[in-house]
Amino acid sequence: MSVLTCENLCVRYDAGLIIKDLSFSLEKGDYLCVTGENGSGKSTLMKSLLGLLKPQSGKIALNGIDRREMGYLPQQSSSVRDFPANVYEVVLSGCLNRLKTPFYTKRDKERAREAMRLTKTEKIEKRPFGELSGGQVKRVLLARALCASEKFLALDEPAAGLDSAGEAEMYGLIGEQNRERGVTVVMISHDVKTAARYANKILCLGGAGASFKTAEEYGKNAEV
Amino acid sequence: MFGIIVELFSFPFVVKALIVGGLVSLCAALLGVSLVLKRYSMIGDGLSHVGFGTLGLAAALGIASPLKISVPLVLLAAFGLLRLSESGKIKGDAAIALVSSGSLAIGSIIVESKGLNADLTGYMFGTILAVGGEDLYISSGIAIAVAAAYIFFYNRIFAVTFDEDFSKATGVNVKLYNTVLAALTALVVVVGMRVMGALLISGLIIFPALTAMRVFKNFKSVVVCSAVVSIVCFFSGIILSYVRERATGLRTPAGASVVVANLAVFLAFTAAGIARRKLKGRKRR
Ligand SMILES: Nc1ncnc2c1ncn2[C@@H]1O[C@H](COP(=O)(O)OP(=O)(O)OP(=O)(O)O)[C@@H](O)[C@H]1O
Ligand SMILES: [Mg+2]
Repeated sequence: MSVLTCENLCVRYDAGLIIKDLSFSLEKGDYLCVTGENGSGKSTLMKSLLGLLKPQSGKIALNGIDRREMGYLPQQSSSVRDFPANVYEVVLSGCLNRLKTPFYTKRDKERAREAMRLTKTEKIEKRPFGELSGGQVKRVLLARALCASEKFLALDEPAAGLDSAGEAEMYGLIGEQNRERGVTVVMISHDVKTAARYANKILCLGGAGASFKTAEEYGKNAEV
Repeated sequence: MFGIIVELFSFPFVVKALIVGGLVSLCAALLGVSLVLKRYSMIGDGLSHVGFGTLGLAAALGIASPLKISVPLVLLAAFGLLRLSESGKIKGDAAIALVSSGSLAIGSIIVESKGLNADLTGYMFGTILAVGGEDLYISSGIAIAVAAAYIFFYNRIFAVTFDEDFSKATGVNVKLYNTVLAALTALVVVVGMRVMGALLISGLIIFPALTAMRVFKNFKSVVVCSAVVSIVCFFSGIILSYVRERATGLRTPAGASVVVANLAVFLAFTAAGIARRKLKGRKRR
């Protein structure tokens, strides 16, 4: 059963067409790694999948997941610098899509704690978000994404800015969510080699047109 | 001095006005936090000038309860200004400046040509003790509704203020919440304008939030602190202005005194923030 199908997708900004006629589909539990050079439209694709950008033409169909149930880790947080919010408040805001009453429930708070435990951000729980290092920011944003969804994670360069141990840990954690909890993952990364260890599908965007491969096909090509 | 304060509270109309003023200060502070963080402070300022224009219009038309005209017109202006600053195509802040000086000009022409000069300062600097009758009840009702809406939407307002893209991705209707925010601001501006005056109401919105952010670094504390600061400054401003007027005989406008109280607390918090950072830096070393 495919959870996400993308058919003849075209996305444009005023400046021009960024994504041309892209088609692919993801099964439940897939781990898609999107690569491509800077400016090739990776973030643009992700924003279209999340419904943040309206495609010019083509279709994105979701099956079995709601638009609201997508955890998103943005490449750049759009928040203001010096925003007065601590780590816990940011992580907890990931539970927003579950909010039924005006306030978060005990279960939401437990979820936030669990996400902070997984991403090793408990120790900085009370620190102001604006004062974190780049790597800490990524961890906190991952924790927030984990709060938002147990089905689908859209991660835009989650490991950028992490030290090598942190990077390995980050990939390990995402892989674990994918394997053990069956979370469907779409991840943007420039580090294809490592990413290919975890991903089962690879989408390469670029000038020559997009190529969509399974990880095995990709591995064979790389050996040649 | 104590005697003068007791005397002040012995007038029923003063007590009523103070209740409205306190409620308005609370709402202004709550909304101020989001407005400042979203860089919408100018919208609040622009709306107060539009509000001045509508008060002039109401006076010219001879309407006893000006809120009935001001509320719908300022709401409309709020939606327009929000669109302008969201579109980002025309320079949003320039557009706001345009709208505000335009309505200020039209308002003052109406007021002057109708010979309502006496009211002009009232509109500009507030006439807290003159708020009465129907307006008093409309004002309190609006202020209570705004505060309740803010608490009800608190978590969503936080998320939308913090990260629009993420909120949108998780299915929050960001546009709707921005509109709600603009509408609540419009209501607070209109109501607050009668108390504080068109020129000072934006101070009531912006000061407490900035003050709280000098010391506190998480959202909840900032919201609570700015509400407390705002209410405390409102009452001390009013009381001090009355005491000064009685003791020295010098005219002391109430609205301006409230803003001065806010300014003083802002400076104190700034100093406290700097001192705290210095102390922390020393500990780390
Ligand atoms: N808001 C925008 N308005 C207009 N053009 C944009 C906008 N955002 C991105 N673009 C353009 O779209 C193209 C793709 O941008 P995108 O951010 O998707 O690239 P990317 O593949 O994520 O790059 P990177 O590896 O640097 O993150 C770029 O040429 C960029 O200039
Ligand atoms: Mg990108």
